[in-house]
Amino acid sequence: MFVNQFLILAAILFCIGVYGVIARKNGVMVLMAIELILNAVNLNLIAFSMRNGSADGQTFALFVIAVAAAEVGVGLSLVLLIYRNRRTISLDDLSEMKG
Amino acid sequence: MLTTVLTALSNAATPWVNPTVDFHALAPEMVLAAGLCVVLLADLFLDESRKWVLSSLAGFSLLVAILPVLTLGLSDVNVRSMFDGRYVVDNFSIVMKAMFLIAGYVVVLLSSSHVEEGEYWRGEYYFLLLSSILGMVMMASARDLVSIFVALEFLSIPAYMLAAWRKRDIKSNEAGIKYFLLGVFASAVMLYGMSLLYGAANSTLLIDLGKSITVNGGLSALHALGVVFVVVGFAFKVSAVPFHTWAPDTYEGAPSPITAFLSVASKAAGFIALVTLLFVAFPEASSVWQPFIWVLSALTMTVGNVVALRQTNVVRMIAYSSVSQGGFVLMPLAVAGMAGVGDSALRAVVVYLLIYAATNLGMFAVIIAVSRKTRSGAVSSFGGLFSYAPGLGALATIFLASLAGIPPLGGWIGKFAAFQTLISAGTGWAYGLALIGAVNSVIAFGYYGNMMREIWMKPAPHGDVTPIRTPGSLALALGITGVATLVLGVLPGIAMHFGDIARITGAFGG
Repeated sequence: MFVNQFLILAAILFCIGVYGVIARKNGVMVLMAIELILNAVNLNLIAFSMRNGSADGQTFALFVIAVAAAEVGVGLSLVLLIYRNRRTISLDDLSEMKG
Repeated sequence: MLTTVLTALSNAATPWVNPTVDFHALAPEMVLAAGLCVVLLADLFLDESRKWVLSSLAGFSLLVAILPVLTLGLSDVNVRSMFDGRYVVDNFSIVMKAMFLIAGYVVVLLSSSHVEEGEYWRGEYYFLLLSSILGMVMMASARDLVSIFVALEFLSIPAYMLAAWRKRDIKSNEAGIKYFLLGVFASAVMLYGMSLLYGAANSTLLIDLGKSITVNGGLSALHALGVVFVVVGFAFKVSAVPFHTWAPDTYEGAPSPITAFLSVASKAAGFIALVTLLFVAFPEASSVWQPFIWVLSALTMTVGNVVALRQTNVVRMIAYSSVSQGGFVLMPLAVAGMAGVGDSALRAVVVYLLIYAATNLGMFAVIIAVSRKTRSGAVSSFGGLFSYAPGLGALATIFLASLAGIPPLGGWIGKFAAFQTLISAGTGWAYGLALIGAVNSVIAFGYYGNMMREIWMKPAPHGDVTPIRTPGSLALALGITGVATLVLGVLPGIAMHFGDIARITGAFGG
């Protein structure tokens, strides 16, 4: 089986996602980076599920997909809220509170 | 490719059997679920002048949900395990469920006047609050990676929305989005760790995870990475330094009752998941997480306290103080993997969480009551509180003294249990952490004491000494938390008793 390749791809996706969360300053881009991490998780779960020959990982992946959809729904609405009030979604401008 | 997947699936599949469901064990969750549906539906049919009914409905469903928790606690069956041990109602989860429901009830009491006076969407507010509490109640029973993940999201997603509840207030928006981005990022990192653990153990059941680490003898790199990622994910949730950056901003910007809710219930839920994972799934991996938690605990206490010292906003000060209190909860966990210390560490964590919940909710009740009059969040707005509102002044003193850990108040018992665990561990590292904790208790008195000085000795700002009118619900919340803080402190046996009966099924093989 080609499990290793899947795991390496997932690890690369995970790293790109973490980099995106840290480096990107645009709210929507950060959300997309988080989605990358979640998809790395799904790849991992399904690859391990294939290797182990059990369905648990695939069930887990279904849960992750469903919850990720809920998260993005809330996240986009929060970004939209910020955009309506401030006309920008740059996270650097969010500095009302300091200290 | 598809055929291989299908074959693997059909080979793995066992014939379908209906799972046995213990309805008594699930009753608290079912009552809450019914309650939140009723709140959501009632919101549709009530006209604006009668919306106050919603807060009573929410409070009522929380109180009704406590009844089955009581009967479960009194019943002879100690462990009710469902779905192959993925959802377990044991003494640990019963104690924690009771705490979440009572804390939730106090938050509803804090909210009712606050929500009615602001421009809030009341029905949705209580609906989301109840959803979040339901997630916490589920978290107390979750003994499987999937159910922990689902419970975590169940309690977090409504909380993100509640933090951003004041739609037109930029600060509240900022609080919501910061909490959301860091929270989701943390749960994604945690999930990555969980996927590695699943790969190493070929099961999502926590007990199986624990066994797979034991059977293979040494720790595999996969296990170690998984454990680290999962602990990092929960470190965000419990706002441990250096993963605490969201907490002060979110606490300051969110509506005050929600801040109280996040700093108490949401944090406790994070700790419960962390404790369950460490005790049931990773007891054999203590060489990985003990040093990690040691560092987290020392950093959390120190940084939280030092930054709290220079805060001028009350809510921000309490936010940093609750960060540093989290360090004290982590303290006994840093030695929890050692032989013979686990029980004492579990007791210390449970006792600390119970007492901290009562005290911190009480402190927020005082802040909400005072800021109804002063409309200010500055520490100086508490000046002369005792002279014109002696009741509130005295209660504020009790809560502050309890947070600082002065005997004979509750906080002292919590700190005592934590230090006792470290001393009984008896290693150099444990003594070192105890020393750091002791120094921090003294630093913490700096800002708690400063606030007490404002209350007792300073004059009221602008000479405004009109008395504070406290609504009934707020007074009830103050009463519950004040009595709990005093009783848990004066009769330490009660808290210790709850700590002693709280045993996690499957922890340390027993």
